Amino acid sequence: MDLTSTVILALTGVLLVLSVVKDRKKTVAALRVALNAAKRLLPSILAIILAVGLMVGFVPAKWISQAIGADSGALGVAIASLLGAVLFIPAIIAFPLARSLLDMGAGLMATAAFITTLTMVGFVFLPLEIKELGTRFAIARNALSFIAAICIAIVIGLVLA
Amino acid sequence: MKEKPGTGDKTGPEPARSKKVRWDYVFLFLLIPTFVVLVIVGSDRGVAARHVAWEYFKEMAIILPAVLVIMGLVTVWVSRETIVKYMGEGSGPKGVILSFILGSIPMGPLYIAFPLAAMLLRKGAKVSNIIIFLSAWACIKLPIEIVEFQFLGWKFALTRYLTTLVVVVVLSEVIGRVFFKEGYKVPDEDLGVVED
Repeated sequence: MDLTSTVILALTGVLLVLSVVKDRKKTVAALRVALNAAKRLLPSILAIILAVGLMVGFVPAKWISQAIGADSGALGVAIASLLGAVLFIPAIIAFPLARSLLDMGAGLMATAAFITTLTMVGFVFLPLEIKELGTRFAIARNALSFIAAICIAIVIGLVLA
Repeated sequence: MKEKPGTGDKTGPEPARSKKVRWDYVFLFLLIPTFVVLVIVGSDRGVAARHVAWEYFKEMAIILPAVLVIMGLVTVWVSRETIVKYMGEGSGPKGVILSFILGSIPMGPLYIAFPLAAMLLRKGAKVSNIIIFLSAWACIKLPIEIVEFQFLGWKFALTRYLTTLVVVVVLSEVIGRVFFKEGYKVPDEDLGVVED
């Protein structure tokens, strides 16, 4: 188990003990809220896990590099941000992938846009986002992420090119 | 005559909620056979897919219960007034900074944060602050930044990091003012115990 998980678990444990000591009834209520949320979320999360597995397994990194590397201008940025939105890849895989994008000749701007939408937009979990937060919020947040990706790409282009 | 409010599924108060197709289950039950078939047929790629899914599953099995318990505790212990004061309308730069810090605590993938965000919104947090919270959660994590430093160099990583920060804060403020001037009501169901 990695450090992050250990810290989170320890923190949760401490909070839970404090809560029990202070008020047992409230703690039970809190656990009931957690359980309800777990029941609500579990099917979506299992589906996401399977989808991510299939994505990483069956969409070869080469395809992605080729799709983005083909054009390093505005079109490249557009393709990169769309691909980043559709795909959902863990960061540990995403950054080496971004590196190989650069090596294969993709522009800095496209790479930056790709990373941004990759982390901020996920079509895989959009249904879950809509369910939890509502359509309006989900649309607003995802739209913001796209605009952010383009702004960030432009700044990267200005600063580093 | 058959209406029994509160007995759940078919008598949702909002019309949009009353046609209850559980899409999450539909997706899941479509994905399971697809996954199984592809993993069997796909040899090497199948192995990779299974491996990634399994790693993800393990991470989720550890982190999800913890995050949900924390959410439950906050729901019960932190009052609406507190959330409104620190993250609500009029919380100002303080609210922005707090949302940002809360989002930056590394606690797993973005979709885990959705129920937390919904809970904070229900308790009166400002929409723009919650967008900042989610954006920080998505892409401003320090452990992840270290990986970016390694692979893409400090110049690229630092520029992207700082730009993201500024762009997210500015854009969420704009979106909050334009689209959520009158606040926002989160769809709520299965809330369990509602405090305050």
